[in-house]
Amino acid sequence: MTTNVRTRGGGPATGRSASRRSHGEGPFKFVSTGAGVLLLGIMAAIAVFLISEAVPALQANKGNLFTDLIWEPNGSQVFGIGALAFGTVLSSAIALVIATPIAVGVALFISHYAPRRLAGPLGYLVDLLAAVPSVVYGLWGVTFLVPLLRTPSQWLNENLGWFPLFSGEGAIGGKTMLAGGIVLAIMILPIIAAISREVFLQAPKMNEEAALALGATRWEMIRMAVLPFGRPGVISAAMLGLGRAMGETIAVALIFPATFDISFEILTPHANSIAANIANGFGEATQVGRGALIASGLVLFVITLLVNMGARMVINRRKEFRAVGA
Amino acid sequence: MKYAGRLAAVAVVGALSLAACGTDNNSSGSTNGTTAASAPAAGNDNGLSGTINAAGSSAQANAIDQWKKDFQAKNSGVSLNYQPSGSGAGVQSFIAGTVDFAGSDSALKDDKGEPAQADARCKTGKAINIPMVTGPVAVVYNVPGVDGLQLSPKTIGGIFDSKITKWDDAAIKADNPDAKLPSTPISAFHRSDESGTSDNFTKFLKATAGWPYEPAKAWPAEAKGQGAKGSDQVAASVKSTEGSIGYVELSFAENSQLSKAKVANGSGEFVELTADSAAKTVETAEITGTGNDLKLSIDYATKTAGAYPIVLVTYEITCEKGLAPEQAKIVKEFLTYTSSDEGQAALKELGYAPLAGELLTKVRTAVGAIS
Repeated sequence: MTTNVRTRGGGPATGRSASRRSHGEGPFKFVSTGAGVLLLGIMAAIAVFLISEAVPALQANKGNLFTDLIWEPNGSQVFGIGALAFGTVLSSAIALVIATPIAVGVALFISHYAPRRLAGPLGYLVDLLAAVPSVVYGLWGVTFLVPLLRTPSQWLNENLGWFPLFSGEGAIGGKTMLAGGIVLAIMILPIIAAISREVFLQAPKMNEEAALALGATRWEMIRMAVLPFGRPGVISAAMLGLGRAMGETIAVALIFPATFDISFEILTPHANSIAANIANGFGEATQVGRGALIASGLVLFVITLLVNMGARMVINRRKEFRAVGA
Repeated sequence: MKYAGRLAAVAVVGALSLAACGTDNNSSGSTNGTTAASAPAAGNDNGLSGTINAAGSSAQANAIDQWKKDFQAKNSGVSLNYQPSGSGAGVQSFIAGTVDFAGSDSALKDDKGEPAQADARCKTGKAINIPMVTGPVAVVYNVPGVDGLQLSPKTIGGIFDSKITKWDDAAIKADNPDAKLPSTPISAFHRSDESGTSDNFTKFLKATAGWPYEPAKAWPAEAKGQGAKGSDQVAASVKSTEGSIGYVELSFAENSQLSKAKVANGSGEFVELTADSAAKTVETAEITGTGNDLKLSIDYATKTAGAYPIVLVTYEITCEKGLAPEQAKIVKEFLTYTSSDEGQAALKELGYAPLAGELLTKVRTAVGAIS
């Protein structure tokens, strides 16, 4: 690229190809700059729209947006985001805890263990998981996974009920935070696995071979040469997955029982999320109701932003690993 | 070699999925083709042609679908689009003038200024609510070993307010002196999305069971219980959960073959839900609208013998006068068909209750006035 630009700027370039390049330059610059500006413009327009719709609803709110555990913008005009935000964060956290180790395992298998002939198709299969529509995951979750989880949930509750997450009384199992978390985990697995795989593949061959030459087993080699190099990549992959999990709408709308309380019991039917609430409420919402839902979307946006910024900070702090790798 | 392998993998997967899509599209395309081709042959064309758009309640979507099919078979030039986007969205679309009539689970609401906005949309005329489809709401349950469960409104209220939590609660026992009730916990399912079914169900509870919350399309958070999205998911959840109870329109209860509880009406009689027992309650409804506006007020505590008390009346909201002439003609023809004996009879098979008696006569008069 740079050499091309130089020949264009100075030297007596050889006629045809040079003139063609200079012809292409202007329109290309225009298109790419235009695309950039357009994107910013669209973002700004969305932000303006969201805020202008949300503000009247927030002013009409007769309750407290952050403390009220209720959502009645259409009726009594009292609505609060607390239970929804909590559910969004908890379900995404469960998904992340389940998905990350599995995804890293899958990625390591594809990049370092599987025979090359198997690795390629397997990688594509994992990527294909990401192409399944989320409503299919939701339907699968609610018709297959929810009934399936009932017995294990009851066992966990009876035997490990002292652990706060597994405690609870009454109806155990069914449409729970755990079921939603597992479905979300499956949905974000391909994202984390695909990015981790690419990162692991870039681990310096020299370090890997040095470790093996020193007598390390394959697992020791991975621990010493691949994982430290890949850690920032895995973290950013996990954060991308987390963003997906928090924004996931229809799958959790189908699975979650849409309760409005804050409960750490993941085996009893108490779960909801911001995105699921928007999906449930939008069809029949009044003016204020729609504004309230948009306001909750803004809160989700802020939460996602904070999480991503946190992840950036983590990655930046661990930059030294990348230096070691290179 | 490496690239060739990858390309091959992509090609195989791609070819498989494309082939799958292809077959799907082809087959559905061909069935569409045949129905489209055979419809004009079956229909006796009366020269009506054009397109009308409608939107609204999903509770009456099945009825409209059936009517649309039958109506278009007779009027091949007409195409009718009904988008089951929800009552609220339907009314908004009607006010905005993007649809010719709206299906709604509730009449235009005075406190939200909807009648005035709808009248403005109708320019010269006024907007009218015409009750057309009545859907009984079934209280469905899944308790192994219990048949013919009987529930009084107070008990139903207690269960859905999470005050009654076990199947062998004294209140349930009092309603069912002979049944053997297990001591399992009750899982009460409600709609997690906003719906006219929840609205009517809570109106019923408010009128008869001292329900402490304001009736609304959204389930009150304080009442707790478990939500499921859409009637189909409520039915599926009840079906797959032992010890569960829920409320759905009759058609969903029948499609999922769920047990329906007998519900006590105002005279304390436990009534089984059938299209006819629900129709009796609709017949006793009081008309609160004026002229051809047939807004109804249902007596949920009806004392009529054999009347099942939980019913949902859905309306068609349109302009008495003021639609574009072409559209008005088709809307009038369509609603004339839906309120005919034939149209109402088709409802019964779909799990709705037909209109009857004086109310049906008034509906026909109102439809006749559309121009």
